[in-house]
Amino acid sequence: MPDFAYIRARTIAEAVEALSADPQARALSGGQTLIPSIKQRLAQPSALVDLGAIAALRGIAREEAHLRVGAGMRHAEVAADAGVRALAPGLAALAGLIGDPQVRNLGTLGGSIATNDPAADYPAACLALDAEIETSARRLPAEAFFTGFFETALAPGEIVTAVRFTCPRAGAYAKHRSPASGYALTGVFVALLEAGPRVAVTGAGPGVFRWAEAERRLAEGFTADALEGLVPPADDFLSDLHASAAYRAQLVAVMARRALAGAIAGSRG
Amino acid sequence: MPQVTLTVNGQAVREEVEARLLLSDLLRERLRLTGTHVGCDTSQCGACVVHLDGRAVKSCTVLAVQAEGARVTTIEGLAGEGALHPVQAAFREHHGLQCGFCTPGMIMTAVDMIARHGAMDRATIRRELEGNLCRCTGYHGIVSAIEAASREAAG
Repeated sequence: MPDFAYIRARTIAEAVEALSADPQARALSGGQTLIPSIKQRLAQPSALVDLGAIAALRGIAREEAHLRVGAGMRHAEVAADAGVRALAPGLAALAGLIGDPQVRNLGTLGGSIATNDPAADYPAACLALDAEIETSARRLPAEAFFTGFFETALAPGEIVTAVRFTCPRAGAYAKHRSPASGYALTGVFVALLEAGPRVAVTGAGPGVFRWAEAERRLAEGFTADALEGLVPPADDFLSDLHASAAYRAQLVAVMARRALAGAIAGSRG
Repeated sequence: MPQVTLTVNGQAVREEVEARLLLSDLLRERLRLTGTHVGCDTSQCGACVVHLDGRAVKSCTVLAVQAEGARVTTIEGLAGEGALHPVQAAFREHHGLQCGFCTPGMIMTAVDMIARHGAMDRATIRRELEGNLCRCTGYHGIVSAIEAASREAAG
């Protein structure tokens, strides 16, 4: 593995300063994607700015109809948190499906969404729960944050500090995982918010997206049979050695129906 | 060069390391704790699992510098004086190892899952073993060993 400089940031300001000073530096959170990427030479940062010791990135708090989850919270912590399990059980369940137990003990929410892997799970929760992404510089809606294939709206030197999820009236995530990697071949989060239903899809396209036609159907009635017979067009879907675009489209339809059933079963009325 | 200070199996450790040094290499090459195995080096197989502040992690996917101030426990730190840890004893009793290569990671993972779940059924154990591979495919005995150890721990 190529060597790099190492900076342990103690505050968000220190991290921003170190990242701004060196365009080739990368932020290190849990490292569960970044360290394997460096090993494979997919990333060759000049320096790693470790966010692991920044206390301000930690914590989960209820803020009226929202849950504010610190960017440094690990997947296992979110999955086990009593507040998340009570107010957004679909989000807790999603966190408990990421990677494997050891990855969940290190990987973080902020690291996941800043990487924006097209098969990552958290981006689906961010879109379905109308999340607001808090960064070191601003707040922006999730739909403006995820901009494409491994791309986000983060500027150089900007880091994710927290995510504010809307607590849904009902919501669940269903995922068909690659048996080798644990990543989602497709994952669908179905949620019913005060403002209406949302359906977010990960793993199928070049980036997470909302499935508008499914949302339209659910707006007419959030019922178990609302998505019967509905399959998304496969035009922009990924096609690789794991699955063809048409197969992914079929999986989206199945996962959406399963997520809907889960949301209705776990509904808080 | 960065310096890292941590506790390994109760012993204070202070080392100058390259930033890129992996925790698995610190343990094996510097501290000669070769019970932690490196199978795939790509965070798939779980042979390198150790406990970092009490949580099971894959030490091939942690930088040594990230363990600053942490408590690390390896397979060498599990047994008491002259007696196997109950999970180690259960692996021996239930034929939980064949070639033995995956065993350190399996046992460190098992100790972590028993601490979180207490007594477990076989389906839960298999789900929790998702991050650990046995190249002998000897899962039946491994699951039996963890099942027995989890019941013993739960009393």
